[in-house]
Amino acid sequence: MIRSMLNLLLTGFLLGGTGAAQAELLGDAARGETLFRDCASCHQVGAGAKNRVGPQLNDIFGRKAASAGEDYRYSKGLTRMGADGLVWTFETLNAYIENPKALVSDTRMAYRGMKDETDRADLLAYLRGFSASPANIPESQPTARASEVELPPETLAIVGDKAYGEYLSSECLTCHQRSGANEGIPGVVGWPVEDFVIAMHAYKRQIRPHPVMQMMAGRLSDEEIAALAAYFAELE
Amino acid sequence: MKLNRRAFIGTGVAAAAALQAPMVWSQGRPRVVVVGGGAGGATVARYLAKDSQGQIDVTLVEPTRHYYTCFFSNLYIGGFRDIASIGHSYGKLAAEYGINVVHDWAVGVDRDAKTVTLAGGAVLPYDRLVLSPGIDFVDGSVPGWDVSAQNKMPHAYKAGSQSELLKAQIEAMPQGGRFAMIAPPNPYRCPPGPYERISMVAHLLTQVNPTAKILLVDPKEKFSKQALFEEGWARHYPGMIERIGPDFGGDKVEVRPDAMEVVIDGTVEKVDACNVIPGQKAGRICEMAGITEGNWAPVTGYTMQSRVDGNIYVLGDATAQGDMPKSGYSANSQAKVAAMAIRGELMGSSVFPAKYSNTCWSLIAPEDGVKVGAAYEPTDEKIASVSSFVSQTGEDAALRKQTYEESLGWYAGITTDMFG
Repeated sequence: MIRSMLNLLLTGFLLGGTGAAQAELLGDAARGETLFRDCASCHQVGAGAKNRVGPQLNDIFGRKAASAGEDYRYSKGLTRMGADGLVWTFETLNAYIENPKALVSDTRMAYRGMKDETDRADLLAYLRGFSASPANIPESQPTARASEVELPPETLAIVGDKAYGEYLSSECLTCHQRSGANEGIPGVVGWPVEDFVIAMHAYKRQIRPHPVMQMMAGRLSDEEIAALAAYFAELE
Repeated sequence: MKLNRRAFIGTGVAAAAALQAPMVWSQGRPRVVVVGGGAGGATVARYLAKDSQGQIDVTLVEPTRHYYTCFFSNLYIGGFRDIASIGHSYGKLAAEYGINVVHDWAVGVDRDAKTVTLAGGAVLPYDRLVLSPGIDFVDGSVPGWDVSAQNKMPHAYKAGSQSELLKAQIEAMPQGGRFAMIAPPNPYRCPPGPYERISMVAHLLTQVNPTAKILLVDPKEKFSKQALFEEGWARHYPGMIERIGPDFGGDKVEVRPDAMEVVIDGTVEKVDACNVIPGQKAGRICEMAGITEGNWAPVTGYTMQSRVDGNIYVLGDATAQGDMPKSGYSANSQAKVAAMAIRGELMGSSVFPAKYSNTCWSLIAPEDGVKVGAAYEPTDEKIASVSSFVSQTGEDAALRKQTYEESLGWYAGITTDMFG
């Protein structure tokens, strides 16, 4: 098919043009096409792709989040992130596909996540074939940047001190209501610990956009993030 | 949260009856008296009562039964909020948190006897005292103006009836008339406040009096979020706002309230409405307690304790603490550190390192919101800024709308954090 040919050409171009480091992170587009079957029940990509259950994925690289068109209704959280400046890059898509709810807590994408790093790289290599130049040429940053949003197991294994979390949480409660209200500012009550920890680290590393949260998370240690996660997880 | 269900004296009960009560209850319980029921005082009272599970006897002294937040009062002037939506009562703090709310003025502090005297004559003993009185105005700051002129030229820098008065005067201006603001010198409550107010007055005037003009007389060379405000004014209110800074006499201003005149470096300007925001100092009770140096009450950033008297904590606008702006958000942030430190002293509970933060949202025009914020940590000398951010000029409409919506979420959050 023409599409596959194009992907082969692109992959070849990348392999030839930029050396081993780029090739490693791009992955196997042909294998990605097979993996995309899981996504295809909701997402279209390629010529004539339309927004269906999920938004169409042409030109997803370099696209602002929640901007596939007026006819697509996004979750509040994804809309907020788009307005805050979240742009789909290799880095952000990689994080999103790995665990959608960790990046966008209220996403409507009913997908548990693709845990295998190679699978994600292959899938993204496939999707990059459908994004227009310059987002899919290797020298255009930051789409071709390697990224690791996975946290080391020891970070995820920290057992948070709830009493400390309760004190630290008072800083959060200036904006995020104890009731879990979700108007203007999202609710943070009752999140699974791991989602909370990953979300805060994503702000700390500035993968998630939003200047206030980047500032707040930026000065929290791993232990403090774990303490907050432990405290908020138990609130109802 | 319903932590303590005793039949506490509520806000509607006569002050005299309320005053007798704590003496009876407080046998054995440590007593904290909080003066001022705003972002600092209401928050510290609520956290002390909540986190001590009623083991600390908390009395909150606040003269008004209905508290109007200064934050968002500009949005009232602009027509984005009604006055009722920025008013809050102390009923929940009394009924659900067991705080003894006393509506009276604190008029004296005896630091040796550890008592606070109220205007009604009552004397409240304390183990720890928290002063969170906000601001008062510096006498003679704007020649020709004093509090007796506040009906002709409102300050509207303590919200409520003053905000309503100012809005009514602006709405009553003749078509094509002129509104003036005398902006305050540093330091003052809410650094972006005067400029958000200019934006909101401009918005109101475009609705009801589009040929009117605004004269902003400013003693400062620079002001908070200046690039953002000036960009917004040029875009939304072209030709309406004239700012006179110190290079053109903005720091040499006198007002004549009876004649509705503003005199700028000798030049007389007739105006139709005038908002005078004078220079500011700590609420007077700090001076009466003898804990001020200059206009403000110095505190240590580790705990918010007064540097003069360790039994007294000071919060919010009244303090000299370092880098934090005088804002409701700052006062709320400081209150949580103080509540933790006081519980540690009185109850032996865990004390963690102080962390502070602040964000100030401002509205420039409908759905055009901006923000500035920073995180802070204490050093031996002061509360020091450790990181900060500010909205950028040229941001797209979706981000500005979201920033505004976020500010609405923050308002709901902080007022719940203050009043329960």
